[in-house]
Amino acid sequence: MTATLWHALSDPWGQAIMRRAFAEVTLLAVAGGALGCWVVYYNLSYSAESLSHAMLPGLVVAALTGLPLLLGGAAGLLIAAGGVALAGSVTAVGRDTAVAVVVTTLFGLGVLLALSPETPAGLGNLLFGDPLGASDGDLLLAAATALGVAAALALLHGRLVVVAFDRTNARALGVAPLAADATLLTLLAVVLLIAVQGLGNLLVIALLIAPASAARLLSRRMPATVFAGAAIAVVAGIGGLYLSYYAGTAAGASIAVVLIGALVAIALARAAAERTLTLARR
Amino acid sequence: MSAVATEPLIEAAGLRAGYGAKVALRELTFAVGRGERIAVLGPNGGGKTTLFRVLLGELEPTAGTVRRPERCGLVPQTERSRLDFPVSALDVALMGTIGRLPWWRRPGRDERSAALAALTSVGLDEQADATFGDLSGGQRQRVLIARAIVQDAPVLLLDEPFTGLDAVNAELLERLTASMAAEGRALLIATHDVAQARRWDRVLCLNERQVAFGPPSDVLTLDVLEATYGGAIVTLPGSGAAILPAHHHDHEHEH
Repeated sequence: MTATLWHALSDPWGQAIMRRAFAEVTLLAVAGGALGCWVVYYNLSYSAESLSHAMLPGLVVAALTGLPLLLGGAAGLLIAAGGVALAGSVTAVGRDTAVAVVVTTLFGLGVLLALSPETPAGLGNLLFGDPLGASDGDLLLAAATALGVAAALALLHGRLVVVAFDRTNARALGVAPLAADATLLTLLAVVLLIAVQGLGNLLVIALLIAPASAARLLSRRMPATVFAGAAIAVVAGIGGLYLSYYAGTAAGASIAVVLIGALVAIALARAAAERTLTLARR
Repeated sequence: MSAVATEPLIEAAGLRAGYGAKVALRELTFAVGRGERIAVLGPNGGGKTTLFRVLLGELEPTAGTVRRPERCGLVPQTERSRLDFPVSALDVALMGTIGRLPWWRRPGRDERSAALAALTSVGLDEQADATFGDLSGGQRQRVLIARAIVQDAPVLLLDEPFTGLDAVNAELLERLTASMAAEGRALLIATHDVAQARRWDRVLCLNERQVAFGPPSDVLTLDVLEATYGGAIVTLPGSGAAILPAHHHDHEHEH
């Protein structure tokens, strides 16, 4: 029995392609899971989703022209930021509507390009990801991103806490909310740019939001929340790879399914625990 | 006392401030010294927040001059605190140290000791590890005061700190403000409570301009209060005392 279980657990990692996917997913999960907790507490979930969708046309154009995807994604983000600023300056439109219009337009354009019959096969990976195709360069970038995000979050923890807790009075405490926002959005853009290649434009948001939302239910302090977010993302990411291996499903989509499943399971477990506690107190 | 010791901590002369073209506050001329508790009275929108923002250095005066310490501590209204954020009382008190640290340094042992000492001074040392959102309104208010104490500022600005407190917590806070003033800090306390303002050293009445400034006995007259609050003053028949109707208080009192 133990031998069977061990075989089932170790079998996927006999293949080099799966070991690389393991490393890629683990590194991205550390960065995305930890950063996602701040994204959730800063109410930036919608911005994260918008950024991720808005970079699609840039990624597709880069893939079609043979340019690095990073360059295409970054260009997509810059065009989206310019478009939002431009549309937002029209007072009759309003900022929220401007973001929605610009992002939907860019995303629609990206999908149109990616799914056109003229487009070479494989661009669907930009939408749904392909962690099994991680190259050495991808692994290096993921490692640098994980290290960079962890270092930035550790160094700026106190300042991020001040703004998240008391944005209105942060300046009176010597912390500039704008600097905290800019730092978080920059980290978010970097993580999206790197992670989108492994997890896809549609699914990358699950890595940021689902583990963080689950961690929020479990932890009573921000450092513990950040560690829990990263841990849940890593465990769910590896779980997704197992699901993909044994069920024969797409790896990116499998990871997203397990990430969301983990959130639902933790939410249900917490609700059950609270109910039990309430009944016990009566 | 030496000249330095008696020198005012805050001195405003002909101060005017606002937002863009809109003037929110004008004709401010007052001085605040060490150990003074100043009641800042005025209707909502009367300029209390604008004055605090000028003293915090967040808003530049558009005319006149103001001399203020490099650092003022702010105690915001606890009702506006974020209760869902996962921080302890000690974490909140520690926030008062962040502004003094270089951006790459996290609070260390010295900062934790200072935060714990501040929590002890407000009577919350045993609640240091409690989650901020789980504390009562009065306790949360005292944690925010501890945060301002940790800032080590000679001037503290308290934004309606008594709002929402029950009698016991209000009494506790009153004693706390007295002890902070006795330590040499100047306290500017925004309030709508005229009876309370009578117990403090001086009163600054604002209604988009300085209506009056001076000792309570001189300032808290019906004329001044009417000029400060407009038609909102209610005079108690036969007593000559003036009170404010309930809608001038933002929140219901705790029971």
